[in-house]
Amino acid sequence: MSAALATQLINLFASLLLLIAFAMLAQRRVLSLIYLFAWQGAVLAINTSLVAFVTGQHHLYYSALLTLVLKVILLPWILHRLIDKLNVRWDVETLVNIPTTMLIGVVLVIIGFNVAMPIAHLSETVTRGTLGIALACVLLSFMMMITRRKAVPQVIGFLAMENGLFFAATSATYGMPLVVELGVALDVLVGTFIFGIFTFHLREAFDSLDIEHIEKLKER
Amino acid sequence: MSAAIGIQLAQAVLVVMLAPLFAGWVNQCRAWLQNRRGPGLLQPYRVLRKLFHKDAVLAHRASFLFRATPYIRFGCMVLAAYIIPTLASGLPISPAADVIALVGIFALGRVFMALAAMDIGTAFGTMGARREMLVAFLAEPALLMVFFTPALISQSTSLSTIVHTLAYQPFVIHPGLAFAAIAFLMVLLAENARIPIDNPATHLELTMIHEALMLEYSARHLALMDWASNLKLLAYTTIGLALFVPWGIAKALDGSALWVALLCLLAKLAVAGAALALLETLSAKLRIFRAPEFLAMAFLLAVLGLLTHVLLEGAA
Repeated sequence: MSAALATQLINLFASLLLLIAFAMLAQRRVLSLIYLFAWQGAVLAINTSLVAFVTGQHHLYYSALLTLVLKVILLPWILHRLIDKLNVRWDVETLVNIPTTMLIGVVLVIIGFNVAMPIAHLSETVTRGTLGIALACVLLSFMMMITRRKAVPQVIGFLAMENGLFFAATSATYGMPLVVELGVALDVLVGTFIFGIFTFHLREAFDSLDIEHIEKLKER
Repeated sequence: MSAAIGIQLAQAVLVVMLAPLFAGWVNQCRAWLQNRRGPGLLQPYRVLRKLFHKDAVLAHRASFLFRATPYIRFGCMVLAAYIIPTLASGLPISPAADVIALVGIFALGRVFMALAAMDIGTAFGTMGARREMLVAFLAEPALLMVFFTPALISQSTSLSTIVHTLAYQPFVIHPGLAFAAIAFLMVLLAENARIPIDNPATHLELTMIHEALMLEYSARHLALMDWASNLKLLAYTTIGLALFVPWGIAKALDGSALWVALLCLLAKLAVAGAALALLETLSAKLRIFRAPEFLAMAFLLAVLGLLTHVLLEGAA
């Protein structure tokens, strides 16, 4: 496989990441959201190992492996068990209706591309073109966290945002040091556990996963 | 020159004759996937022959418009068959219209069909016409945006040039085209009354869109309308093949390459038809009020295709 073809493949997988980010934004079902999240992790792992192959940065192989284990297998499995126990497989309520969300999403993509363009010109990496896509992915997941009303989709939005940041690090500077990556991975894992416990308490207290109820928690 | 015109004519005749076969193939695949035996590949031809032998019945109030529409619509689709490079690129008539004009030709056929449905004044015809226009006005901008990505890559809006550029340049992966392909597939499903938007096999009054428009037609008029619908499906499929998997299409006036092109075309159509049937079997029909969402999604994907193309390849 020549370097030129590999670079094109990296670009293709980067576009796939953006596509999956949009699909998550448009998705109404929690279960499909989790599958999409797993797919995003898989694409990210493939992309990272491609970058590792092109640049010869061997520590990126470990990051790809970490992504594969954590984000394709472990986290989706935890989330799957979570929604099984909470019995919330289907419904996702959005604050803004989905076509409007998508329109805002396109505006975010344009912003992301525009902001990343000058940064990308400074960078010397082969993957500099994909920085805009990474930024757009982060913004899109961020918006997913904002527009979703229920707890579980917000958690998935958070995790997808971490995916985007990881991808941004890969495309701008060939990834963070392995220690930092391990730390972030652990943080995400612990964060998911805490979110899981949090959603259980939320349901016990209010009999619903709608986080608007938290606003009622005031000291009298 | 005369050889080129001959190839051009052969291509158009081939597409027109192949259209019912393709529709039959899709139906056959659908039947197999649903564990039925299916009516056979040649069923659309038998239906057409039967309809051409019948006497036409017209409503009392039918105007000239109603009678002219089948011919106009069929004519539009035949014109499209001339323009789309199915077998060879760079044929004599292909410079006559680029992709934007092609979208216009499809729109012309559709507008006349809607007018004819309203002309009779039945409730179903009017309802169908309104729904058809609802789907169409959302699908058309999406279709145009889909065309702009390959047009940017090849610096031309002529289908023939686009195919030429994509098929004969050294192989490059264009991520923008992947987005455009998905968007195009969605537009194809919507425009040809396929399953997420409309069910081509339904005659249930409240859900049908496309069938409602043709409810009052009979005999040769109905045959032409059906044939035009088959042609439209084939035209969209061949546009998709030309844009996204153009390999195998011959350059004009290359005798031996034409046979290769014909074999490639048949193979690609067989795969595309089976894939279409699979897609239709796997998905459920959307509520009509979800159709705008579906098509907005197609439009946004096409815009994203343009944006990623500009980001990843425009600067380089």
